[in-house]
Amino acid sequence: MSEPRTLIDKLWSAHEIVRRDDGAALLWVDRHYVHEGSFHAFSQMKTRGRAIAEPQLTFGVADHYVPTRGRGNDIANPEIAAMVRNFEANAAENHITLFGLRDPRQGIVHVVGPEQGLTLPGLLIVCGDSHTSTHGAFGAYAFGIGASEVAHVLMTQTLWQKRPKRMRIVVDGTTAPGIASKDIALATIAHIGADGAQGHAIEFAGRAIRALTMEGRMTLCNMSIEAGGRCGVVAPDTTTFAYLNARPYVPKGADFDRAIEAWSKLASDDDAVFDREVTLDASTIVPIVTWGTTPDDALPVDARAPDPSRETDSTRANYVREALDYMGIAPGTKLTDIAVDRVFIGSCTNARIEDLRAAAAVLAGRVSKVPGLVSPGSSTIKRQAEDEGLDRIFRDAGLEWADSGCSMCVGINGDLVPSGERCASTTNRNFRGRQGPGARTHLMSPAMVAAAAVSGHLADVRPLLAGRKL
Amino acid sequence: MEKFVRLTAKACPLMIPNLNTDQILPARYLKWPRSRGLGAVVFHDFRLDAEGRPRAALPLNQDAYRDAKILLAGRNFGGGSSREAAVYALYDHGFRCVIASSFGDIFAQNAVKNGLLTAVAAEAEIAELAAAISADPAQTIDVDLERQTVSSGTWNCTFMIDPISRNQLLNGWDDVDLTDSYREQITAFRAKDKAVRPWVTPKTM
Repeated sequence: MSEPRTLIDKLWSAHEIVRRDDGAALLWVDRHYVHEGSFHAFSQMKTRGRAIAEPQLTFGVADHYVPTRGRGNDIANPEIAAMVRNFEANAAENHITLFGLRDPRQGIVHVVGPEQGLTLPGLLIVCGDSHTSTHGAFGAYAFGIGASEVAHVLMTQTLWQKRPKRMRIVVDGTTAPGIASKDIALATIAHIGADGAQGHAIEFAGRAIRALTMEGRMTLCNMSIEAGGRCGVVAPDTTTFAYLNARPYVPKGADFDRAIEAWSKLASDDDAVFDREVTLDASTIVPIVTWGTTPDDALPVDARAPDPSRETDSTRANYVREALDYMGIAPGTKLTDIAVDRVFIGSCTNARIEDLRAAAAVLAGRVSKVPGLVSPGSSTIKRQAEDEGLDRIFRDAGLEWADSGCSMCVGINGDLVPSGERCASTTNRNFRGRQGPGARTHLMSPAMVAAAAVSGHLADVRPLLAGRKL
Repeated sequence: MEKFVRLTAKACPLMIPNLNTDQILPARYLKWPRSRGLGAVVFHDFRLDAEGRPRAALPLNQDAYRDAKILLAGRNFGGGSSREAAVYALYDHGFRCVIASSFGDIFAQNAVKNGLLTAVAAEAEIAELAAAISADPAQTIDVDLERQTVSSGTWNCTFMIDPISRNQLLNGWDDVDLTDSYREQITAFRAKDKAVRPWVTPKTM
């Protein structure tokens, strides 16, 4: 009998072309997503006088730099316009299918890939973006790479990698009403630390994970990188196959049946050994918000901000002092006493239809006390939300309903949080300056952002959900 | 790629944990082409206080450390975004080696592709070295990749690096050239795999 293997091992072996004596493996890449930021890699390829190896396995999505307003007009900022134009030219020159600015399928790359059925179980997927871990929700081995690696994939459709250690995070039990996948993600990161999964690929397992929708699994795998794990994966199951069924690029009919037969084998063997195991009880997870400047600075919303004078470790005390100072929060402040200046609902983490519905369920019939921006994960989701009337709920609440892109998660398209302002955000990083120089970010679920909007301060969403249909 | 075997240079202490790639290079500089050089904007916002003035206490802002080629950093250096331009910025500024107790996985991989050594040493030893350098910024540090040691006068410690990155840096290997030498195996893999997993290649629309 062969040795029991983890899902991570199975995915890895299926893509290993050769392995060198020093352990480096040459892996076959099934799917390569590129975006405007991939320009360094296209220039590297051009400098070497090389051509793209597999254009039919490469897909371009315009997301990082695209404007979220005034789509009908030319892009006002000449530098940003040049980035988008340059990307379109690179895609055309290399015969890459492009979901560009004017394409009705345009959106955030980690939303569009799954939505179009390009992300499939068992695939090895890379993209020059750290949140490529999102696609692991489908049982794909997906991870972010830098520009030199993007160039290498363009030229060879392969990548040299060191085999990661394997970590399993088991979330057993059932989450309470009002608890989102984002809360599971933040609870996990707070538990293991922002570098807790460094050097590891993560498999998420357990009853609470199986109960998640594909949207929820994507949010969770997306946040793997915020725990330091380059890659997060969930074994595919009937939820996965139901999501994939009839999506544009998914195989049809007998081909689909044959694929499902193969995909159903993508699971860890019963006795497979992981390098590290972490277990969480879903029933203990409450709504979580971040207070500081790394995603592991996360606490239950009914807690108080830490107090550096109570920290026993001096490095930790210094860190807490500086983080609170940047965030403009007095030590020991009740988190629900922290007033917000604006809200943002968007990003590859939490801008899918389910996320918009969750926020709208809180906002319906209520008014936001602060301005805010809602940027759907894709243009397809934008239309779907409008069909469902969600845009009306956001607008009636006083929030701006915009087009799709990375937007205020990273701010490179000009959607910024002004310096010194505080934003309740559905995004993935509360780093200093992430949403703009001097911006203060609090990460939380879409429903919790909606709760902060209608309350004007960080707030527990659960009382606001009383009597509402979830 | 430029080889890295041994480096004798001044060092700059920056013993702050979790300095992610957003701190190393803010997103608004990601539009810059490599030819423009990113050295001048490394740690751009991090070097300034809330009023936009350079933080005088930060060694990065002090003349004594201007020509340092070695950066002594805190835990989890380079986590977050995959932006390789963070490595370009460090490299263009003159850094050739970062010593920390841990690194973000993607950052470490980007670094080796650009000839920047990421040496993993014990936090206490880095702190010791940082204290010695703060007392005498003019002293030089020796980093030896073959022996995996960091030394300064009589003080020394060992560091870790995975054998793959070590090989690549010592030999100055170019990944694409290396991969080209496996062209036959790649073609054979592709042919066999296409039959087993036909769905990998999507139907064109």
